[in-house]
Amino acid sequence: MTQTPDIVGRGNRDGSALFQKWFTEVNQTAETGGQAAYVFVMGSMAELLRVFDLPIVMPEINSLQTAVRRVAHEYLNQAEDYGYSPDICGYVKADVAVQLRHGEHPMGRIPPPSLAVLTNACNTYIKWAEIWERMYHIPIFTLDIPGTRARGKQTWPGESDFENDRKYVLAQVKELITVCEGVTGKKFDIDRLRETLQYANVMSRGWRRVLELNQSTPSVFNALTDGTIYLGVSNGFRGTYEGAKYFEDLVEEMEFKAAQGIGTMTDEKYRLVFVGVPCYPIFRRFNELFSEWGGTFVNSTYLWFAAGGVAQGYEYDLSRPLESFAEGVLIYVRNAMDSMFYQEQALAQMIDPFHVDGVVYHPIKSCRTVSTGLADNRRALMASRDIASLFIESDMMDRRVVSEAQLKNRADAFFEGLASRRLAVAR
Amino acid sequence: MTESIFYEWHNRSLDDAIYECRELFEDTTFPTVKRWRERGGKIVGHFQVNFPEEIVHAAGLLPFKVRGAPIDTVQSDSHFGSYLCSILKTSLELALSNTVPLDMFVSHPICDAARNLAAIWGRNVSYPCQILYLPQNPNSPHSVIYLRGEYDRLKRSIEEISGEAITNDALRNSIVVFNENRLLIRELYEIKKDTPWLISADEAYVLVALAGLIPREEHNDVLRTLLPQIRTREKRTQDKVRVVFEGGFCEQPPLDLIRAIARSCYVVDDDLLIGLRWLLEDVSLDGDPLTNLAEAYLERSSYSPVQHDLRKPKEKMLLARIRNARADAAIITAAKMCEPGLEEQVAYTRALDEARIPYFVGEFEESMTSFDSMEIQLETFVENILFS
Repeated sequence: MTQTPDIVGRGNRDGSALFQKWFTEVNQTAETGGQAAYVFVMGSMAELLRVFDLPIVMPEINSLQTAVRRVAHEYLNQAEDYGYSPDICGYVKADVAVQLRHGEHPMGRIPPPSLAVLTNACNTYIKWAEIWERMYHIPIFTLDIPGTRARGKQTWPGESDFENDRKYVLAQVKELITVCEGVTGKKFDIDRLRETLQYANVMSRGWRRVLELNQSTPSVFNALTDGTIYLGVSNGFRGTYEGAKYFEDLVEEMEFKAAQGIGTMTDEKYRLVFVGVPCYPIFRRFNELFSEWGGTFVNSTYLWFAAGGVAQGYEYDLSRPLESFAEGVLIYVRNAMDSMFYQEQALAQMIDPFHVDGVVYHPIKSCRTVSTGLADNRRALMASRDIASLFIESDMMDRRVVSEAQLKNRADAFFEGLASRRLAVAR
Repeated sequence: MTESIFYEWHNRSLDDAIYECRELFEDTTFPTVKRWRERGGKIVGHFQVNFPEEIVHAAGLLPFKVRGAPIDTVQSDSHFGSYLCSILKTSLELALSNTVPLDMFVSHPICDAARNLAAIWGRNVSYPCQILYLPQNPNSPHSVIYLRGEYDRLKRSIEEISGEAITNDALRNSIVVFNENRLLIRELYEIKKDTPWLISADEAYVLVALAGLIPREEHNDVLRTLLPQIRTREKRTQDKVRVVFEGGFCEQPPLDLIRAIARSCYVVDDDLLIGLRWLLEDVSLDGDPLTNLAEAYLERSSYSPVQHDLRKPKEKMLLARIRNARADAAIITAAKMCEPGLEEQVAYTRALDEARIPYFVGEFEESMTSFDSMEIQLETFVENILFS
């Protein structure tokens, strides 16, 4: 038991340190005028970009950090003054302001892009990259990843429709390699790719295990708060030794906590699932609306899609790295998209193993990809399972559409309903 | 099915025929779709913007362009949250209320909101709903091969609905019909550009929009009959500003809004229902029809805010549209809550500033009914141009 103090909480400590290290390196890149690749969380292509030693910048994370640090409104106002509508994605607008400020950001300086790589997992990625294209005249590469065509109709290797998609993605990966070679002047090294894929495999395996371990009672981490730290490492360090080591350590910590019955909160009363994007302008307070009632989030769709689908544990076949990379990107980015569009079946299947008491839907103004289908998804889940749910709207960036009092009223009423439900069952 | 489902315009004068076209367009009970259904026909609904209607046509089904409607969202509202454009809600309303009875629904990942549609419809209707993944990387040399495969997948889905195989000959026959349709619409746009006093923006819009409501052979009949009459119409030129209207690629502005614009402007080109004019040239009849359709989509097509193509920077395409139409100004609009449209407005207005082309910026919603304020502002804008 002497190791308890070291292990418990290590994931959060190390995660925060790694996150800070990532931004320090990004800042150094800006200061030295080095090259940087702008990428997104769904389909970052980090494994490939690291082969070319391209530092990775994630504008989504830069933007959400302005909200967490409570300065997002300054950035949003600047972008709106420039011409961007109040009705478009706050991440885009915060980033536009960062660019207009020549990289000035509350966590340091952000370098301008030398290359931008994006997938179609979010259409706003495409519009966003067009802004950089206009500002910097840099290569923009859209890696187009066809998603699931209809509910329950996923295709798999060997099926002709899957093969059509797989060949398309593989062809684009090869084209991206050519672009990277042109930008960096470095030749592609397949052995280095094999190495980054190996690290990514360890991370994916670890992610999957960490998620599984939260089926423990009490839950070993809070998917909304702790999970966001894990996401930061997952996105910033995918394809690296540090990222792989972090998730190995995290599994060790969570297994230890599960074995010892150590929960993420001292008195866990309600186990919840979070669906949507966090409310970053009041990130801590938002969680308190639930934790004050003994509620904790045991899982979330955010951990699913904001990790780009890799938390489901896809592992590359290192004997055919390029082909397996393309196949993997297709499968796990599609998986991320499924978590937004076809999530109701997965949520229904989550309820029993995670001992879920309620589902909290949090659609936001800024992100229509995630939010458009949530009301309908909720209806479908309610029709298939007898489970309590809460539907609250706010934003991930814009405090003008975040009403803490209203959110609290709704959360309080939700917990009163949960308590009544529990009493009714006890009778 | 050879019997006409839109016959009200037959043997009428030009003005009366256009009136009937307008009546049909504004009828939110969609009578032609019901007539098609009553005669035993099947219908495939496809959401904005572009869709390979030839494949549906070749199966003997009616391709119906799902573009919302100015209706109340009684049933669909509870399926959506806030901060969304109207067309999503009204389109679902048409389905939930069975106003438009479909056998299949296809949407495309054109924007963050619309890419959710197939999943939402699929949870609420009994017929198949799916996404057609049109390439978002048209710059990949592999995209034609991919799209050919995607069209083949769609073809197989449609064959399941029709119960019959779609032959290459049937596809070629459909391509002939649609090539003629595109040619006729191009002619209509030539009239708008060269002699805009002969047809108002709202009249031209209605004539084009009918394509989404009736079989293409019938639409060809309408245009083939009316275009020569429009060319010989006795109308006098008026002191109006030549403008390009941009922002109607998905959700449609109310017809009365277009009419209000037409009172002070000649709309000499636009992107209204651009999907119906997406292919700029005839699709080849040689070789594999699906490859030809895929190739035309990627290589000989128009532009819109919902397609990214490095060869088609939207603001440059807009400037070219203005130049080609010899327009004096632009009306830059977006539907409320339309993210791609609103994002593009920034690039458009900056490019127009740089090119010193006057522009008018506005937002619309398909259900809006009051245009007085906008019309006054637009008249002021026009007067500034006319008297500057």
